[in-house]
Amino acid sequence: MFTDDWNDLTPDQRLAARLDAWQNAPIEFASPEVKQAYVDRVQLWRDAIALKKPAHVPITPWIGLFPMRYSGFTGRDGYYDYDKLAQAWDKYHADFQPDSLAMTLAMVPGKVFEILDYKMYDWPGHGTEEDTSYQYNEREWMKDDEYDLLINDPSNYWQRYYVPRMFGALEPWSMLSPFTDLCEIPFTAPFFVPFALPPVKQMLQKMMDAGDAAMEWLQAFIAIDGKQMATLGIPSQAGSSTKAPYDILGDTMRGTRGLMLDKFRRPEKMKAAMERLVPLAISWALRSADATRHPVVFIPIHKGADGFMSNEDYRTLYWPTFKAVLLGLIEEGLVPLVFAEGGYNERLEVIADPDIPKGRMIWMFDETDMARAKKIVGARQCIGGNVPGSLLAMGEPAQVDAYVKDLLAKVAGDGGFLLGTGIVLDDAKPENFRAFIDAGRKYGADA
Amino acid sequence: MSRELTEAVIDLREADALQITDELLESGADPLTIVAACKEAMDVIGQRFADGEAFIPELVMAGEIMQAISGKVKPHLASQPAEAKLGTVVLCTVKGDIHDIGKDIVASMLGIAGFDVVDLGVDVAIPAVVQKVRDLHPQILGLSGLLTIVFDSMKATVAAVGEAGVREQVKIMVGGAPVNEDVCAYVGADGWGKDAVAAVQLAKTWVGGA
Repeated sequence: MFTDDWNDLTPDQRLAARLDAWQNAPIEFASPEVKQAYVDRVQLWRDAIALKKPAHVPITPWIGLFPMRYSGFTGRDGYYDYDKLAQAWDKYHADFQPDSLAMTLAMVPGKVFEILDYKMYDWPGHGTEEDTSYQYNEREWMKDDEYDLLINDPSNYWQRYYVPRMFGALEPWSMLSPFTDLCEIPFTAPFFVPFALPPVKQMLQKMMDAGDAAMEWLQAFIAIDGKQMATLGIPSQAGSSTKAPYDILGDTMRGTRGLMLDKFRRPEKMKAAMERLVPLAISWALRSADATRHPVVFIPIHKGADGFMSNEDYRTLYWPTFKAVLLGLIEEGLVPLVFAEGGYNERLEVIADPDIPKGRMIWMFDETDMARAKKIVGARQCIGGNVPGSLLAMGEPAQVDAYVKDLLAKVAGDGGFLLGTGIVLDDAKPENFRAFIDAGRKYGADA
Repeated sequence: MSRELTEAVIDLREADALQITDELLESGADPLTIVAACKEAMDVIGQRFADGEAFIPELVMAGEIMQAISGKVKPHLASQPAEAKLGTVVLCTVKGDIHDIGKDIVASMLGIAGFDVVDLGVDVAIPAVVQKVRDLHPQILGLSGLLTIVFDSMKATVAAVGEAGVREQVKIMVGGAPVNEDVCAYVGADGWGKDAVAAVQLAKTWVGGA
């Protein structure tokens, strides 16, 4: 629980408590000026979320590999060499001084995945080129006849069916019994018998080794982010993550294609599974947010974008369980930040749902018409994003400047806006990224 | 009854479509009428997609039904003369990118439209693409990519086709979520498409079929 009296607080009080905790984080700042810069930057976010006009438009790009490339390193360096990661992060933040940190979480630890024999993704130097990001191996990691197993007992399904496919090193988990078998004394010892088997012992050793590698990564990550916060006064963008139930199934379980076919072949099972995933999706974010004491929940969404389904399907299949997750997070005082990749032009009327309380979440868009988004969604929630990755990768600084100027003129005038990139940025010409930051400062000062 | 088959495919009633196909084959119907009924249905679905009335799941499901029907019909087509193809398309997701869904839908739609499609898969090395263009003399080469980071890979693939001296023989199209006119110009392709229907239209225009 976040505070001792949590159950007595209203959602508004909970939101205020979480925002206060973020703004007054116990960081040992390098100077009072840096502390003030941190407090001021969090205030920019608070004002934007509350649909007020901040002191200036917050510049909050979503950053992937860009700092590595900008500093002359590769993607692989970022996934394996924390000294190089730290150098790149230092240089990026010192040079550009954005209003939120680059997403260190996107710099995932290759060593952990090697130990676990992670099969679901490729990563730089391990299936993909050394200078690209990680990439998902699209396939049906959950089979089409496994819905009942998932619906009846999600944890058991994850542990004994899904996870052993995800990681080669965790295949022996399918030899273990569900933990729900443990209750009365006569039934207890049999549960532990499989732990005597050599493959299970080897698996446990690998899990401990992966734990050590993950701890090393976490400590590096905390030191890197901590330094930027303490010396530059830049807050992080989010403290937890979750996903829309449709995307949990469609991204990495049934797969894009598998879930599209399920809509025709087993629609009732698919709906039941999504409903089953709602409380799990809320709990996932809540546990992290309570630990990090950061109110913003990062929610990348994918498979409901324009073209991926009809609006009718979006309204009846995608939105109901996603809305339930958003309302569950808001009830706990959290601020969902939805990162809507692709186009969301067809969905704006649906997501401007009046049941979602006003000024309680953030919609970051990619290829969406921002003037319409402002009119339809921006009247109720903070919006942001949209500066195209392709423009930053291939355009010229003058084009970037003109784009940002036009965007801010269209949507930032009365606040409730975060200037950001449409995608998590791996690739940009340095001069274009400089133009993005400079244009944000120039036109966002009194937009 | 072939009318019923067309309607079942248009409505994406998979079980009905397969049952009607079985009945038609058992009754000794000309397998080419089954192929024609399916093609008519796919034209309607493609048009609905172009008009914003059908979406990717409908294309994927239709492709799935078509594949199942094709499997049933094929043994009966052995004695029939091969249908003339509109042309050959070599297709791949370029080096550095392993995304395949968009490419697969384009491959399926081009196949249904009457092209001979040679799908090289994902993350395809540039020399392998060049070799296929040399060996097969396709009219069209399609390059797909989802990551902005692979624009340079597309560009290098196009350049390598040029260096091999076969650039004049083949039209190159590019596609993928971040691809637009600027990307097309940057990589040196001849055309681009926003989706599978656009890819089919472009391909037909290039071979003089539309």
